[in-house]
Amino acid sequence: MPVLKSEINTRSDAFKANATHWRDEIARLKDRVAEIKQGGGERSRLRHLERGKMLPRERIRALVDPGAPFLELNQLAAWGQYDGEVPSGGIITGIGRICGRECIIICNDATVKGGTYYRETVKKHLRAQEVALENNLPCISLVDSGGANLPQWPDVFPDREHFGRIFYNQANMSARGIPQIAVVMGSCTAGGAYVPAMSDDAIIVRQQGTIFLGGPPLVKAATGEVVSAEDLGGADVHSRTSGVTDHYAVNDAHALAMARNIVANLNRIKPPSLECTAPVAPAFDPEELYGILPRDVRQPYDVRELIARMVDGSEFDEFKKLYGQTLVCGFARIMGYPVGIVANNGILFSESSKKGAHFIELCSQRHVPLLFLQNISGFMVGRKYESGGIAKDGAKLVTAVATTKVPKFTMVVGGSYGAGNYGMCGRSYSPRFLWMWPSARLALMGSEQAAGVLATVTRANYERQGKEWSADEEKTFKQPIIDQFEEQSDPYFATSRLWDDGLLDPVDSRMTMGLALSAAINKPLEDTSFGVFRM
Amino acid sequence: MALFDKILIANRGEIACRVIRTARHMGIRTVAVHSDADANAMHVAMADEAVRIGESEVTRSYLLADRVLDAAKRTGAQAIHPGYGFLSENAAFAEAIAAAGLTFIGPSADSIRRMGLKDAAKAIMVDAGVPVVPGYHGKGQDPADLAAEAEKIGYPVLIKAVAGGGGKGMRQVHKADDFAKALEGAMREGKNAFGDERVLIEKYLVKPRHIEVQVFGDTHGNAVHLFERDCSIQRRHQKVIEEAPAPDMPPEMRKAMGEAAVAAARAIDYHGAGTIEFIADVSDGLSPDRFYFMEMNTRLQVEHPVTELITGQDLVEWQIRVASGEPLPLAQEDLSINGHALEARLYAENPDRMFLPATGKLTRLRFPDGDTGPGGNGLRVDTGVREGDSVTPFYDPMIAKLIVHGKDRAEAIRRMAGLLERTRVAGLVTNVFFLKQLVTHPAFDAADLDTGFIERFTDDLLPPPAETDDTVLALATLSVIAERQAAASSAHVNDPYSPWDSVVGWRLNDDGREVMTFVAKDTTAEVAVRYSRGGGMVLDLPGGTSVMADAQLDASGELMARLDGHRVNALVARDGNSLTVLRETGQWKLELVDPMDADMDDAQAGGAITAPLPGKLIRVMTADGQKVKKGDALLILEAMKMEHTISAPHAGTVSAMSFAEGDQVEEGTVLLAIEAEG
Repeated sequence: MPVLKSEINTRSDAFKANATHWRDEIARLKDRVAEIKQGGGERSRLRHLERGKMLPRERIRALVDPGAPFLELNQLAAWGQYDGEVPSGGIITGIGRICGRECIIICNDATVKGGTYYRETVKKHLRAQEVALENNLPCISLVDSGGANLPQWPDVFPDREHFGRIFYNQANMSARGIPQIAVVMGSCTAGGAYVPAMSDDAIIVRQQGTIFLGGPPLVKAATGEVVSAEDLGGADVHSRTSGVTDHYAVNDAHALAMARNIVANLNRIKPPSLECTAPVAPAFDPEELYGILPRDVRQPYDVRELIARMVDGSEFDEFKKLYGQTLVCGFARIMGYPVGIVANNGILFSESSKKGAHFIELCSQRHVPLLFLQNISGFMVGRKYESGGIAKDGAKLVTAVATTKVPKFTMVVGGSYGAGNYGMCGRSYSPRFLWMWPSARLALMGSEQAAGVLATVTRANYERQGKEWSADEEKTFKQPIIDQFEEQSDPYFATSRLWDDGLLDPVDSRMTMGLALSAAINKPLEDTSFGVFRM
Repeated sequence: MALFDKILIANRGEIACRVIRTARHMGIRTVAVHSDADANAMHVAMADEAVRIGESEVTRSYLLADRVLDAAKRTGAQAIHPGYGFLSENAAFAEAIAAAGLTFIGPSADSIRRMGLKDAAKAIMVDAGVPVVPGYHGKGQDPADLAAEAEKIGYPVLIKAVAGGGGKGMRQVHKADDFAKALEGAMREGKNAFGDERVLIEKYLVKPRHIEVQVFGDTHGNAVHLFERDCSIQRRHQKVIEEAPAPDMPPEMRKAMGEAAVAAARAIDYHGAGTIEFIADVSDGLSPDRFYFMEMNTRLQVEHPVTELITGQDLVEWQIRVASGEPLPLAQEDLSINGHALEARLYAENPDRMFLPATGKLTRLRFPDGDTGPGGNGLRVDTGVREGDSVTPFYDPMIAKLIVHGKDRAEAIRRMAGLLERTRVAGLVTNVFFLKQLVTHPAFDAADLDTGFIERFTDDLLPPPAETDDTVLALATLSVIAERQAAASSAHVNDPYSPWDSVVGWRLNDDGREVMTFVAKDTTAEVAVRYSRGGGMVLDLPGGTSVMADAQLDASGELMARLDGHRVNALVARDGNSLTVLRETGQWKLELVDPMDADMDDAQAGGAITAPLPGKLIRVMTADGQKVKKGDALLILEAMKMEHTISAPHAGTVSAMSFAEGDQVEEGTVLLAIEAEG
C-alpha cells in the first residue's frame, strides 16, 4: 500500500509552539483525570476502606485479567457541574477484558455521594448499556449505590431515558443473550434492588451487600418495623432464604473471583469478521500530532498528516484523491484492523459529499469499519451551491452515514459545527464510539458566526425601526454571545454532558481505536440496506 | 575372556547414568532396572533397555537381589554393576550372580564379607600390619559392659553400628553420662537400617582428617592404589566436599598410606575397585605415623570422580575390564597425580532448617556446560535427574555431584565457586549456597581441614539469610510481569492481534499501574509499578528508591533485567504464587499476594503442628489432653533414613492427635495441635 509522505517541518517555530501548547493541554487533561480518579475525596475513601471494601477502581483492576487494559467511558462526566462534587458522575463504566472476553463493567463509586444517581450518572449507566448492546458485550455491574439521588429526582426518575430504563435494558439484553451479571458489594436500595434482581447471575458480599426495595428508614416510616439492614436484605437473607442472589462471597476479592468464574463459563466466542494482520507502528511518530494540530481551530492543515501518524505503517490507499478534495477517503489499518477513513480536509461541497457517500457504500459492501475524523465547519453555503443541489448531495452523505451497518467510530479532532456534525457521523448518528481530542470544538456554529448572525438580525430590527446601532453597541452585543459559544464549545463542556464517550490524548488514538474495534467485532457484521439516495 | 556385550546396572540416579556412559563408550549395551517411582527416570531413559523391578520403596525394588538377577537373565545381561549403596556390598548378591553364571562387577563375595563387618575387618588389618584406631570390637553387647569398654578406651568415644556405614547408626559420646542414650539411638538406627543392632566402640579423635585411598586389584594378583582423597568436610559423618589429592600431604605419608592400602587389598585377595578409609589425627599436622585404618568400602565410591580427574583414568572402565578378567590397565609406576580436583555434593536439603531433606519437583535444573578435556573449563557434573524430574522421599536426595579439575587447588576452588554460582536449581531448597560458603571460606582455602570443620564454622557457613532488599523485590516484580508478557497470547482465533491481549495495565489518559504485594519472612512489601507508554516501567520500591526497569526472559527462562541501566541476571522460579529469586549472591523466597486467591476458609487451625517432611512416625510420646512444656519431645518422625524429633513449640495442651506409630505422613500434614494455656 502507498505510504503517506509528510510535509511537516518538526523544527519550525509553529510546530514547536503547537507541540508545547498541546502537551500542556494533555497535561491538564491528565491532571483532571487524576483528580476525578480520587473519587469522593480522602475522607470517604478512608471510610470505604475501613469497611473492608476495595476502592471502585481497584475492584475493576481485580476483576479484569492481570494487566489487562480498561477502556473507560465518559471519564469526565459531570466535570465542572455540581461544584465538582460528582466526579465521573459517581459511576465508573468501561470495557474490560475478563477471562479473555471483553465485557462492559458498570461500577458505582460509593465514595461519591453514596453512589447515588444524578442526571449524568443515569446517562452514563445507560450509555454503557448501549455500548454493551451495540457491541454484544456481557455486562458486569459492581453495585454499591443508594439509588436515585432524592433531590435530583426530576432529572433521574420520570423520563424515558431515566432510571427505569436501566432495568428495561437489562431485561432486553438478557433476552438477546447478552449476559447480565451483578455483584452486590454495597447497598442496592429501592430501584437499585432491581440491578441484581434483573441479572442472570447475582453475587453478594456478606456483611456488606444489601438488597431491599425499602431500606430500614423507609420500613420504619411505613410500618414501624425496626430491622437492621443486614437482617432486612443482607447476604444471608438473599443467599439462603429469598434466593435473590446466587453466590455468597466473604469479601470483595472473593466476589470478584466468583464473577470471573461466571464470565469464564459464558461460552462465547468472537465471530469471524475482519481480516486482521499483525499491527505495525506508523512510520511517523504519533507524538508529532501535537506539533501538527494548530492552536486555532480555524487554521487549515492537511488531515493526511494526522492519518500518517495514526495508521499502521502510515499506509493509506486513498480513494478518489483528485475528486472532491475537501473530504479525504481511503483504506488503512489501525492496530491490524482494516478501516475506511473519512476525514475532513475543508468545507463539504457537493463533490466531497457524493464521494463520501460512495466510499461509505464501498465500506458497507466490504464490511470495513469506518473511522470519521471530524474537523468540519459545515456544508458550503451560497447561491451557487444551493442551486447546485448541495442539500441533496449532503443528504446522500447523511443517508449513507445513518444507514450503514458497519461499525462506525468518530474522532472529533477539530471543529464540529452544524450539519457538518451530522454528515461526519456525530453523536446522533450512533457511532459505536465517539471521542474528542482536546483540540475539538463542538457547537451549532462558530462563536463569531453565531454572534454575526444574531447581530445581523438585530441590526435589521434596529434599521426597520429607523434606529441607529453603533459599531460599539454591536460589539457589546456580540461579546456575551461569543463568550457563551466559546464556553459551550469547549470539549470539557461537551464531555461533561456525555455528548461524547470521552476526551482522548491524540497519541492514544491508535490504542483506543484498536481496543474499540476489537470490542466492536463481538457483534457479527451485518449487510447494509441503504435508504433512498436523492439523485 | 572377552569384554561383556551387555551389562545390567543394579542402581539408579547419577551412578547408574555414570556407569551407562562408560559402558556406552566401550560399546557395551546397558540394561537399567527401576522402581515405579523411577519409571521415567533419567537412568531408565539413558539405558538401552530397562526392567521394572518393583515398587517405589527400596526394600521392594532396588534391594531385591532376586528381581535384579531375574532382570539380568531376562535381558541376557552378562554382568551386573551394582553402583554404590543398595546391593553393592551384599555378599549374598555377589554369590547369587556367580551361581547364575553371570559376573558381578566388583570384588568376590568373600572379600565383601570379610570387610563387611567392621570388627572382623579390623582384625584382618591388624594382621596385615595396617594401623587401626584403639577400640572395642567384641561380641558382648551388654550396655553396662559396653560402657565399661568406653571408659577403658577413654572419652571421647564413638559408638558405631557393626553393620553400619554412611554415618547411620553412629554416635559420638563425650562423657559417660551420655553413653546410655547414645547407645540406644545407635542400636535402634542400626536395627532399622541394617537389621543388626550390634555396635562397636572406638576412640574418638579430636582433630581428625578423613583420608581414603583408592585401590584396585585384578584377578591376576595385581594391586595398585590411585592415590588418596580427602573427605574431611563432613556433616554428621556425611561427606560434603571431597578432594584429591589431600592438601599438604607429605610424600612419605602418601607413600606409607598407599602401601598400607595395597597391603590391605592384598590381604583379602581383592579385585575390583575398593577404598581404604583412614583417619589421620592432624592435631600436629599430617604425619606418616598418625593414620589409622577405619574401614574398607568394597565398591566404587560416590567421590570417585576426583580420583579420575587427577589420574586421567576412567574407574568404571577399569572395573568392567577387571571384572571381565583383564589385568589392570596400568601399573603403579604408570600412575601419577595431575593437578587438583574437588567434588561438592548438591543436595535437596535446607541448611537453614537443620539440613532437613527437601522433596519436590525440580522446576529448574541448569548447570554450565562442562569440559574436563585438555584446554577445557575443568567442570564436570554427574547427575541422574533432569529438569522437571522430582526428588522423592524414597531415595537419597542428592541432585548432582559438582566436580572440578584445576592445575592446582586454588584454581580448582575458583572453578568450583564459579560452577556453584552458575548452578540454577529451583522448585526445592538446596545446599548450593552452603557449598559456596564452604569452598570460599578462608579456612578451606588454607586447607585447615578436619571432620569438625562444618561444626567449627557453622556461623560463617550459615550466615543469617540475606534480607529481601529492593533489588530482590524489583527482580521478583519484573519476573511476574515478564512471565505474564511471555504468557500473553491471543484469546480469540478470530481476533488474533487484539490489543486487549496486552498486559501492561493500559488506562485511558493515565499511566498503567499496579501494586504487587509480596510477603517475605512474614514481612509484607509493596512494589508500585508504573508502566511507561513507550515500554518499560518505573518501580517504586519499599526501601524508598524508584528505578526505571525493564526485563525479559531469555530462551532458558532466565530473567534479564535492567535496573536504572544496570543489567542484572537472576532466575526467578515460580510455583503458583510462591517465588524463589536465585542470584549468585543468594536465594530468597517470596510469596506473591493475590487477593483473589485469598483463603476463603477462615477456620484456621490454631497451634497446629505439621510434619516438616514426609516420613513415618516411629515414636509417639504424647496423647490428647497431655500438658506439655516448651521443647518437650512429642513425636519422632523417620524420614530419609534420619530421625527427626518434633517437640512442642510452646507450652500447652495436646489435642487433635491424629496419627499413631507406624503411620506414614506427608509434608505439611497436621500431626497434632497444642492449645496454648490462658
